[in-house]
Amino acid sequence: MTFLSVLHLLLALAGAPLLAGIIHRVKARTAGRRGPPLLQLYFDLGKLLKKGAVYSRTTTWVFKAGPIVGLAAAVLSLSLVPLGPVPAVAAFPGDLILMVYLLGLMRFVTVLAALDTGSAFEGLGASREVQFSALAEPALLLGLGALAATARDMSLSGIFSGLSLPAAPPSAAPVLLLVSAATFIVLLAENARIPIDDPNTHLELTMVHEAMVLDHGGVDLAAIEYGSSLKLWIFAALLSGVALPVATGSSAADLLLHLAGVLAVAVAIGLVESGMARLRLLRVPQLLLAASVLSLLALALALR
Amino acid sequence: MRRPGWKRRRPRRPAHRPEPENDHKVATYILLIAILSAGALAALLLGRRAAASAVGALASIAAGACGLISGGTALAGATWDLRLPWSVPMGSFHVAADPLSGFFLCVISLLCGLCGLYGWRYLAHHAGRRNLGASWCFYLLLFASMAVVVTARNAVLFLVAWEAMSLSSLLLVMFEHERPEVVRAGWTYLVATHLGTAFLLVMFLLLADGGSLEFDTLAPAEGAGGAVFLLAMVGFGTKAGFLPLHVWLPEAHPAAPSHVSAVMSGVMIKTGIYGLLRTLLLLGPPPAWWGFALLGVGAASGVFGVLLALAQHDLKRLLAYHSVENIGIIALGMGVGLLGVSSGNHLMAALGFTGALLHVLNHAVFKGLLFLAAGSVLHATATGELDRLGGLLKRMPATGGAFLVGSAAISGLPPLNGFVSEFCMYAGALSAIAAGGAAAWGGVVAAGSLALISGLALACFSKAFGIVFLGEPRSESAEAAHDPPLSMRLPVQLLAGLCVALGLCGPLAAAAAAPAVAGIAGGRAAPAVVELLWWVSGAALLLGALVAALALCRRRLLRGRTVGEGPTWDCGYAAPGARMQYTASSYAMPIVKMFRGVLGTTEHLQRPEGLLPRSASVRTHTGDPLLERAYRPAFAAVAWLAARLRWLQRGRNQLYVLYIALAVLALLVFELGGRP
Repeated sequence: MTFLSVLHLLLALAGAPLLAGIIHRVKARTAGRRGPPLLQLYFDLGKLLKKGAVYSRTTTWVFKAGPIVGLAAAVLSLSLVPLGPVPAVAAFPGDLILMVYLLGLMRFVTVLAALDTGSAFEGLGASREVQFSALAEPALLLGLGALAATARDMSLSGIFSGLSLPAAPPSAAPVLLLVSAATFIVLLAENARIPIDDPNTHLELTMVHEAMVLDHGGVDLAAIEYGSSLKLWIFAALLSGVALPVATGSSAADLLLHLAGVLAVAVAIGLVESGMARLRLLRVPQLLLAASVLSLLALALALR
Repeated sequence: MRRPGWKRRRPRRPAHRPEPENDHKVATYILLIAILSAGALAALLLGRRAAASAVGALASIAAGACGLISGGTALAGATWDLRLPWSVPMGSFHVAADPLSGFFLCVISLLCGLCGLYGWRYLAHHAGRRNLGASWCFYLLLFASMAVVVTARNAVLFLVAWEAMSLSSLLLVMFEHERPEVVRAGWTYLVATHLGTAFLLVMFLLLADGGSLEFDTLAPAEGAGGAVFLLAMVGFGTKAGFLPLHVWLPEAHPAAPSHVSAVMSGVMIKTGIYGLLRTLLLLGPPPAWWGFALLGVGAASGVFGVLLALAQHDLKRLLAYHSVENIGIIALGMGVGLLGVSSGNHLMAALGFTGALLHVLNHAVFKGLLFLAAGSVLHATATGELDRLGGLLKRMPATGGAFLVGSAAISGLPPLNGFVSEFCMYAGALSAIAAGGAAAWGGVVAAGSLALISGLALACFSKAFGIVFLGEPRSESAEAAHDPPLSMRLPVQLLAGLCVALGLCGPLAAAAAAPAVAGIAGGRAAPAVVELLWWVSGAALLLGALVAALALCRRRLLRGRTVGEGPTWDCGYAAPGARMQYTASSYAMPIVKMFRGVLGTTEHLQRPEGLLPRSASVRTHTGDPLLERAYRPAFAAVAWLAARLRWLQRGRNQLYVLYIALAVLALLVFELGGRP
């Protein structure tokens, strides 16, 4: 852990909602609109935090626990993520498993909070969410495994500093390429983006993630929205580390470079969302399976 | 290469050696057996009276305490050895406890004691109508026979205890013997368990190699190691529930009373794991293919088990299939450990076997919890059908809270105990992947299947908890449900507390289990494993602190603001009802449809027809594809063949004597014909 690791954590905690603003801005610009302000999500969060609460009579304490446990898990998971060669706040062998499982905990409590409302729509969203993430998890873990095999290390921070040029072995390039593709697909699925889910849809029947939080409001919704933006930052940081495996030699420059990488991921998401329509729900598993296959290929190359 | 912990071939010790001074260490074990035997006898004599339950429960609690002390001291290093005279040919009453036996004895005693307490009131409404005494007698016998199985040091004693265990659990399953599905489950179990034992008989004969049947001297003949390993996989795997030998498990476990289901699922199937570990110790250094075989079986059992669980509509059947999944996870851990041993990767070996052993304990805790909580649901609503339940968390807060803890734990989520053991296995797999070589592919199989299993388990348990305990009740009986009495709440809540405690104190549990692991994996990497787990514990504590801080924040923010209540928002629909909720079947449908090729789910669909449709219905059923497509046809073929041989059986004694004479004659000819 270095000073810069703490700085990354603080920057991520403060800057994560900005990513949503960037995605919206890119989408608006490609469509020829001006779009909402970059800081829109901050305004939304501020507004939500000022509100009271209305809870459904059907719900129990599980519904209230969901957003809080989810946000705590997201924060803890974020603290395990390195930004390229800048190590994470905490690093130990196998930390990538804890990172993935904390995101699993976040999903678990969100799903339970959704089922707690007894609403058909939230049940529908929960059902789709668990299906997609059950397929996304192997893809992500196998992809990270391929990186571990290439870097010969067991902790995320060690893996990413070992993979960054000039330290990286020359054979790493195809592995990194395949893992980047797999991670990007998992990123889109886990963060409810097009082509897996449409965050802007207003028809409940077509929602996945949004349908699960229909009944949340005020402070709880703020916790959920903020947790989701942290999750997006986690994946963007991972993707930046894989797709941009460069260490400049100066840690401060690394930090800046990979911060730019994270923002670039947000731009890329915006471009994908502008250029594609949603997949049919039945096609989504195939896309996620493809991500797993890419990860396995990467592993085969790395273990060759 | 020197491998950790293995001796090439154990020296054949003399049968009678001086007894070590271990009277006081043996005392608690003898007390355990004595309490259980006395309790069994007393319960049998009390018969239908309610007092039988009290005697049975008290005996199991007392014996559980003795077993914990006895097992705990053995695990801590105070091993003991006891030989008693026994007039069975080839057999000797030789029991001993090393750390491995001690570990399993602890797990068995913990769960059997708590489940005994639970059974006290659970069976109360049967008093005067059913023979409670017999049920308790078999329960205590099951406890005692498991205690002997994990301490036996003679193959004959082991097999006798093994059979006693199988038969007493069979009789426990048959408690409600007037229900046809219970009888069918009993038959399936009886056939499966005896087929398994047959393989064990052959295995021990191969191991003995014509010599003594004492475990001290058992070692495979040169080149027979692989055959012994495969026989052990089949024989012990039948009891443990390895795919494809698991078919009895989802039949028998739900049919039994819930506290018995908890014991069978939580610990009895683990005796299969114990047997496999003990055999591995007898076999000496493993070749790599044993590890790959265990990984393959583990991955298949895990993935298939959780998929079948997901497709079930009955709570106890769902839990039973989850036992197949968890046994698969344990096998994955053992596979990782074996590969670590065979490739000389000490960390991988220690992580794999620590993960497997901790998962034995953790699964006993959370599966015991879940079966007992399912029992409370059954007790309160008289139905285990998921789609007739709902909203129980409000009506049964104690049971529901515990079930939630158990669900998160079995899905392997931090900060609970399931994550600790799965983390060990993952880390072992990852160390193999990072080290490269052939063993790395084992790591890939383990990590990939663990990831898929845990994602599906999360789907399955969000369904189980969400449909049963959250939302609105889907039937009148669920509407009127309430928490059970204290003696049934207490074991469930204690187990939930253990889930949390073991999640927070993973390194302490790993350090306690280290002597048992060291026997198989060597002790060199144990400190590294414990150190790694401290990170997990730290994260768990931090998570708790963060949740508490955020909860305080929310309370601060909401102070003085209006916090109202209303109906669930259902997109403008004014009167949401319980029937509009998502059901268990609809929740699992996308995943079940995705895997329908392997699951063979059948669907009966009656579409709404006409302008004013009268009725419409959809029914889905997922049986066990192996049972229906492989075993049923195979056993039907056996029955057909047997029917073809009917003409031999005329019911006339003279004819049978002739058969005997002919057989003796044939043997004589065969024996003499081979001689010069």
